[in-house]
Amino acid sequence: MEPEETWLWLFEWFEYTTPGIIVRESVWMFPVIEAVHLLGLCLLGGVVITVDLRMLGLGLRKQTISELATNLQPWLIGAVVLLLATGTLLFLSEAVKCYYNTSFWVKATTLPVAMIFTFVVRERVAVNGGMDTSTKTRVVAAGSMLLWFTVAAAGRWIGFS
Amino acid sequence: MILDFVAWMNELPWSIALRESRYVWPWVESSHVMTLGLFVGTAFVTDLRLLGWSLKRVRVSEVTDRLLPWTRLGFAGMFVTGFLLFFGYPERYYHNLFFRIKIILLIVAAINVFAFHRGIHKRVAEWDLDPKLPRQAFVAGAISLSVWALIVVTGRMIAYNWFECAIQPQPDFVNWFAQCDGIIKELYGGT
Repeated sequence: MEPEETWLWLFEWFEYTTPGIIVRESVWMFPVIEAVHLLGLCLLGGVVITVDLRMLGLGLRKQTISELATNLQPWLIGAVVLLLATGTLLFLSEAVKCYYNTSFWVKATTLPVAMIFTFVVRERVAVNGGMDTSTKTRVVAAGSMLLWFTVAAAGRWIGFS
Repeated sequence: MILDFVAWMNELPWSIALRESRYVWPWVESSHVMTLGLFVGTAFVTDLRLLGWSLKRVRVSEVTDRLLPWTRLGFAGMFVTGFLLFFGYPERYYHNLFFRIKIILLIVAAINVFAFHRGIHKRVAEWDLDPKLPRQAFVAGAISLSVWALIVVTGRMIAYNWFECAIQPQPDFVNWFAQCDGIIKELYGGT
């Protein structure tokens, strides 16, 4: 069965944007941007895991959840900005490949969910979080880890197909 | 001797099975990448603390007592999956420029970890919450952050074949550094 190709024109347009062309035609740009994307993943993973562990009652638990989360917030935002910037460049350089790639669509749908969950739901719980880890707090932390794990794993899997 | 060992490993049935597997290989590689978040991620958080760029009101000893076990768990995951990746292509990676740079950087990172724990960290109680940490602690954090970042980058670059021994000609430095001689003879014969 032919896949629905309603939005293909848009992805073709993405692929022929100036940054898309520049990255695709360079030998070294894609690998270098990809490596920086990976460094962003490390930073995001570290910050998310450190705060989520705290919310689960593990790791750095001698200070309040809100203290830890507030302290690491600039690095969380920095990591997300770095990942979005490099990720957009990688995407533009192979937008049509992504269009036909299931992993890409898994990532494209879970990423906004993870972002909204992190900056709305989790943020609200974390900012008001004291020393204790209620069931609600722990569920939110587990959800955060699961969502980001899915986003990252789907991202890695784009390259395998 | 190492060359013989690598050549021997390369022909082991399990090694061949791993590099020819359709599903196991991507799963091992993905696990290696996903564990980065836990290992390098929590190491970065520790480095940020040592650099004084974040968590300034968290005791350094708490970070090394309570976050480090998670970093170690991550490292165990990285090591097991990383060894399996090497086991899948021993000969190819042994002669890979980026793999060799990565191993050297890993040794540098290990020396840094060792020096930190044997050195300034022994007296951590004296400077645990100081607004300005001792110079050695800052330097250890700076080395750790930059060396692990370079390890991630070189690790990613192993997958690209720009400097592969099997693809000649290569710059003299590459042929020397990656010991391409043996591989070239094997592939093309002659000297």
